[in-house]
Amino acid sequence: MARDPKIVAAKAGIWALCLAPAGWLAFDAATGRLGANPIETVLLRTGWWTLVLLLASLAITPLRRLSGRGRLVRFRRLVGLFAFAYGTTHLLGYVVLDQWFAWPYIVEDIAERPFILAGFAAWCLLLPLAVTSTRGWIRRLGRAWGRLHRLVYVAAGLGVLHFYWKVKADTREPLVFAAILALLLAARVPPVRNLLTRAGRSARSRPGLRGRDARGEVASAPGP
Amino acid sequence: MNMREGRMVWVRRIREPRDGEVTPYETWLNRRHFIGRTAKAAVASALVPGLLAGCDVAPGGAAARERGADPGAGEPAGRPGGAGPQESPTGPAPGRDWAGVRSELDEPLNSWQDITTYNNFYEFGTGKEDPARNAHTLRPRPWSVAVEGHVAKPGVYDLEDFLAPHAVEERVYRLRCVEAWSMVIPWRGIPLADVVRRLEPTSKAKYVEMTTLYDPEQMPGQRRRILEWPYVEALRLDEAMHPLTLLATGLYGRNLPNQNGAPLRLVVPWKYGFKSVKSIVRFRFLDEMPPTTWAVSAPSEYGFYANVNPEVDHPRWSQARERRLGEFRRRPTLMFNGYADEVAHLYSGMDLRRWF
Repeated sequence: MARDPKIVAAKAGIWALCLAPAGWLAFDAATGRLGANPIETVLLRTGWWTLVLLLASLAITPLRRLSGRGRLVRFRRLVGLFAFAYGTTHLLGYVVLDQWFAWPYIVEDIAERPFILAGFAAWCLLLPLAVTSTRGWIRRLGRAWGRLHRLVYVAAGLGVLHFYWKVKADTREPLVFAAILALLLAARVPPVRNLLTRAGRSARSRPGLRGRDARGEVASAPGP
Repeated sequence: MNMREGRMVWVRRIREPRDGEVTPYETWLNRRHFIGRTAKAAVASALVPGLLAGCDVAPGGAAARERGADPGAGEPAGRPGGAGPQESPTGPAPGRDWAGVRSELDEPLNSWQDITTYNNFYEFGTGKEDPARNAHTLRPRPWSVAVEGHVAKPGVYDLEDFLAPHAVEERVYRLRCVEAWSMVIPWRGIPLADVVRRLEPTSKAKYVEMTTLYDPEQMPGQRRRILEWPYVEALRLDEAMHPLTLLATGLYGRNLPNQNGAPLRLVVPWKYGFKSVKSIVRFRFLDEMPPTTWAVSAPSEYGFYANVNPEVDHPRWSQARERRLGEFRRRPTLMFNGYADEVAHLYSGMDLRRWF
């Protein structure tokens, strides 16, 4: 497959966008802008971006159906891997910065605190997905790959639950995440999924409206 | 320098009392007794001479007492009559060796920056830095305080009059938040016991309930019902009368910044921070244990007593250790936040797991 310059440019843009929060965090750390409890700030921010990127990766498939831009799928793995990277940073932040390898306390936290267990379980589910995200594993696993990667729905649910259980009283933000996740999951239920596909097609079939998108899809999508 | 007060460790009278304000002999005796016990409990290091020498005499009439107690030159603290807006102080009182001040366990103070930018004060937002950003809308003067319930001297008091009869002290306390972080803070205030005694609770009074201002105009966080407003906290009467319990009016030698609960807040150093209700407008003396805000919001997580206890975990996290702000490694949490020798007797015979 020839390297499409548009895709290369878009991927570069996604790299820049996904690295920006990390760069911003590093800048704030270097200039002493993380507040009175910097470790907490690191954990809050990396956790927040993990959820945002996880939801962004889950938004790609419904967007593809709506827009008819099949090529969007090419960005899904990249966004998903960035979500995993932020999640891993978040977990390492907890183990290293917050607990300084106090394993007995870490084990106790995971075993006894549902809030920490949920977050840890979410990371554990994402790990095999990251490992099997390579072309080779996709080929080897065949149809099983798709089934395996449905674990991301569970991981995202656990991640949002982790956030919800973490806050003391102000649940607005975790509930916004939960609502977005619910929409993204609903978009995958077959009747809704078909509705999205049809809605996207009929919008594109109107002459003059997003005609270029429609041509783009015809050019790149396999099959009729 | 006053050596008698020098041995008081974290207690320092910052203004010599005028006629009619002298601490009654019995009270003084009780304090001496209490301090003797703290000293025995290896609560050893005295406040540094620099702090004691700083500003022991604060001249001025009653209306100027807050200003007198506040040696920050040029700060518009406590205007007589309380008219006009009041700037929240922006730094420690100058001319004092704050770096040399230590807690009785020889811990250094947290910085002004830490203490005034990392606050749980949901009336101004639920982020830690929200109160410092948003609390400028609070008008801490003029301020009045209502006294109600089983008490001989109920009424509505102007804050200046409410505080005027009492000697102001400085105390360095650890503050342990239920979220497992802590700070060391140099408070200024008056023992709640002094106030309670003056108000003369009747024999029916068993609890003191304290309520934060309710005014969504001044406290925008109250527009959303994150908690049941107004914020309410309470102490058993013997807890309220304990010599460690402080009604704080300032910190770092200044008036309380708005985000720290101006102009009047509770400080109960052996309890989790949420007990220390801020911006108090009402004291109620009750015969029954009142419902308190966090205990109502999440009864399985927050109890009425809320004593710092490393052995009783919060359902969602361990209370065995804490992060002192400014430190990297977590440190062990002390029973009753390090004040066990002073307060454990209040709870003898109680199952602290049940009464968390």
